[in-house]
Amino acid sequence: MHIGCGAGFSGDRTDASAPVVEALAASGCPSYLVFETLAERTLALAQLERRRDPSAGFTPYLADFLRPILRRCIESRIRIVANFGAANPMAAGRRALAVAEELGLSGLKVAVVEGDDLLDAHGIEAVRRWPNDEDAELAGRDVIAANAYLGALPIATALGQGADIVITGRCTDSALALGPLMHEFGWAPPEWNRLAAGTLAGHLIECSGQITGGYFADPGKKDVVDLDRLGFPIVEATRDGEIVVTKPPGTGGLVSEATLTEQILYKLHDPAAYLTPDVTMDITGVRLRMEASDRVHVEGVQGRPPPPTYKVTVSLDGGYLAEGEISYAGPNALARAELAADVLVKRVKGLGINRPVRCDIIGAVSVFDDDRGLRRRGGSFAPGGDYRVRLSGSSDDRVTAERIAREVVALYPTGPAGGAGVRTAVTGRVRTVSSYVPAELVRPRVSILGAAGRGA
Amino acid sequence: MTEMILHEIAHARSGDKGNRLNVSVIAYRQEDYPLLVEQVTAERVRALFQGRGVGKVRRFELPLLKALNFVVDDALEGGVNGSLNLDGHGKSLSFLVLTLPIRRP
Repeated sequence: MHIGCGAGFSGDRTDASAPVVEALAASGCPSYLVFETLAERTLALAQLERRRDPSAGFTPYLADFLRPILRRCIESRIRIVANFGAANPMAAGRRALAVAEELGLSGLKVAVVEGDDLLDAHGIEAVRRWPNDEDAELAGRDVIAANAYLGALPIATALGQGADIVITGRCTDSALALGPLMHEFGWAPPEWNRLAAGTLAGHLIECSGQITGGYFADPGKKDVVDLDRLGFPIVEATRDGEIVVTKPPGTGGLVSEATLTEQILYKLHDPAAYLTPDVTMDITGVRLRMEASDRVHVEGVQGRPPPPTYKVTVSLDGGYLAEGEISYAGPNALARAELAADVLVKRVKGLGINRPVRCDIIGAVSVFDDDRGLRRRGGSFAPGGDYRVRLSGSSDDRVTAERIAREVVALYPTGPAGGAGVRTAVTGRVRTVSSYVPAELVRPRVSILGAAGRGA
Repeated sequence: MTEMILHEIAHARSGDKGNRLNVSVIAYRQEDYPLLVEQVTAERVRALFQGRGVGKVRRFELPLLKALNFVVDDALEGGVNGSLNLDGHGKSLSFLVLTLPIRRP
């Protein structure tokens, strides 16, 4: 069977899924299209939206992702699995049905997987009491969200009930692919090696173009053709747990042993113990073999039983980030930028803000540096050039954050000569900690919406 | 003896989970993998991030993939939800690791 990736994050390209769907339709194999659009903090932001509007709180681009491909998927019997639900899977399910109706598609069955929301299930006091990985004291704190990473079983259950589209909230990214494989091939514990193969299949395609040449290209070292029309990945799996990764014909990008190796190890810590609620995956025995152009065969992944706990992301109010930037160019630009940075730090300290502030000089060193600027202080840079000062600070309240950012605007008439191109931003933040709760506290459930024109 | 930077013989990718960074370092050629194992040590990677007050650095060897995987605790000065760095995810930091000097006998 074949599983294609339609999106790997909420801001992903919405035109990349169409070639994937065409390739799936042409394969003649049982096929699924998966969308992963739920980053760690996305869910907390969605929960805040849901507080404001009970019908909101799911991925804002749901319709943009579904519209281009839904008709073709239904006609070709390609089933869709997506974690569009975020903080409100039921509302997302209803929206998906509405999109289908707008397209004149009736009789669709949409399954909604819920039960990841532990704040809803157990209440704020229980969540505050659970130990977390940062030993953060949560008593009295506003908990915005607490969601468990569900496994693949509820997705497989939903597919078993005949769903054309399965919408989940928080689940492991790999479950989006493992669920269809469990449903299609009947994989179940204790087939740990097969469950690990399905988990690896999901892990490989969950970040869309990151396995087909995106986040990879390095001209002259790692060349990738037509990055502007990158093909999203397709994984082909057999009942025995063999996996091939490829991409649609005629698209840009690259599938190679190198692109797979980078993605296998992406966000992976101990390679012998990648923990999910379905299986503990061990990739230390994985071998890759280039079968043909843009086709890589994967074998050797092993599995063991999963841990007895679920990982829960607990989200708390994280205050505000204040940022401001200003440019200096031409002769002596570095000295003028350094002077601006010095003035900004003094001004912010003068506001009585006792939190760290940071200044970078973009063009000298910025993203590689630490908060104290040790690399910049120890480095040597051209005195003339095109430099951009960046100030950043934080605050619990928006007003103070805006006050910090305004110091950069004020440099126009009060700072060094030739200051130009000020931009400022104040961004609300979410702080997250992880808790691990006993599996029996997590009770996934599946509901079916729609199917008006068909028997259930 | 040839001197070069790691970028000549290897590629790398960063990923973040909270305040923890992982960086994979992958040899282009199998024959260069022993150079990685010998010279790209946890201590040298830790030194690159010293100014950030990093915690534990673990190194995992993956000979079948000709790759090393580094897991660096507390590398992101708060991570994407707390960092003051423009790159709170640490996505650029794979290329910091690729600046390490390497000697080929």
